[in-house]
Amino acid sequence: MMIFSDFATWLSETELSREIGSALWVVPFVQSLHILAIAAIMASAWLLSFRLIGFSGRTQTIAAAYARLAPWIWRALIVLLATGVILIIGEPARELNNYVFFIKMGLLAAAIALTATLQWVLRHNAAGWDLLQDPPAAAKALAVLQLTLWVAIAVAGRWIAYV
Amino acid sequence: MDIATFCAWLEAQPFAVAILQSLWLFPTIESVHVVAITLVVGSIAMVDLRLLGFRKDLPVATLTQQILPFTWAAFAIALLSGLLLFSSQATLYYGNAPFRFKLLLLALAGLNMLVFHGISYRDVAHWGDKDIPPLPARFAGGISLVTWISIVFLGRWIAFV
Repeated sequence: MMIFSDFATWLSETELSREIGSALWVVPFVQSLHILAIAAIMASAWLLSFRLIGFSGRTQTIAAAYARLAPWIWRALIVLLATGVILIIGEPARELNNYVFFIKMGLLAAAIALTATLQWVLRHNAAGWDLLQDPPAAAKALAVLQLTLWVAIAVAGRWIAYV
Repeated sequence: MDIATFCAWLEAQPFAVAILQSLWLFPTIESVHVVAITLVVGSIAMVDLRLLGFRKDLPVATLTQQILPFTWAAFAIALLSGLLLFSSQATLYYGNAPFRFKLLLLALAGLNMLVFHGISYRDVAHWGDKDIPPLPARFAGGISLVTWISIVFLGRWIAFV
């Protein structure tokens, strides 16, 4: 898309972009921070999904699990946004001229919406779900979807380098 | 057989050659490797932070029982995928300083874990649910956290050297 391509070119010519690109260590360093934030989200999302499905963590209520883990997802997203912006400014063409990056952003929007919705539903319905032996099948399906989306985002992130 | 010979032999194996020559095989295995690593690091960080005394809402024993099997499963996948990736260009990776340093830190993480489970963790029943764990446990948690974070940074560096 021309508009992103033009923006990428403009960005690459800014002082900030040149500075980020000038020191060899900056991009891998910021990428590593990006990966650490992904680790916080990935582990939290998987454990939440596993709890929802009923695989593990049954000593805690589903509501308690979400209350404990979901905040880490939101905090990590802030780090992802900050590091992501730095990476884009440093190498604009790498992301903005790559359709895989936009697929990743779409998946991210979906994952955020799903996780936020599940968290909201649980805040209002937790008591009902925890009284049941197993959450409803629909909840389990959404848990699998939650897990799949976060994995897909990470995979898309890696594939940016290959497409 | 010395290491150099082993590396040459390994990367000549059909499966290793296939991974190197395929357009999608390496990226796919690497994606699995990355996701597995994030699961290992993320879940271990939860245990380590608890050992260090943060977020004392769950007893240590409960947390470790819930999380560590998950961590182990993810580590097994990370290890297997890592071996496959390594085999595709064994000589090159073996000669890569960040990669060797990463292996060293993996060994350190493993050793730290063995010491923790073999010694410090033994009396976990006496720690008291809401207390900060004893010093050896905090030490193990701290070393684990720093080591695994360093492993992530070194892993990223492999491609940049």
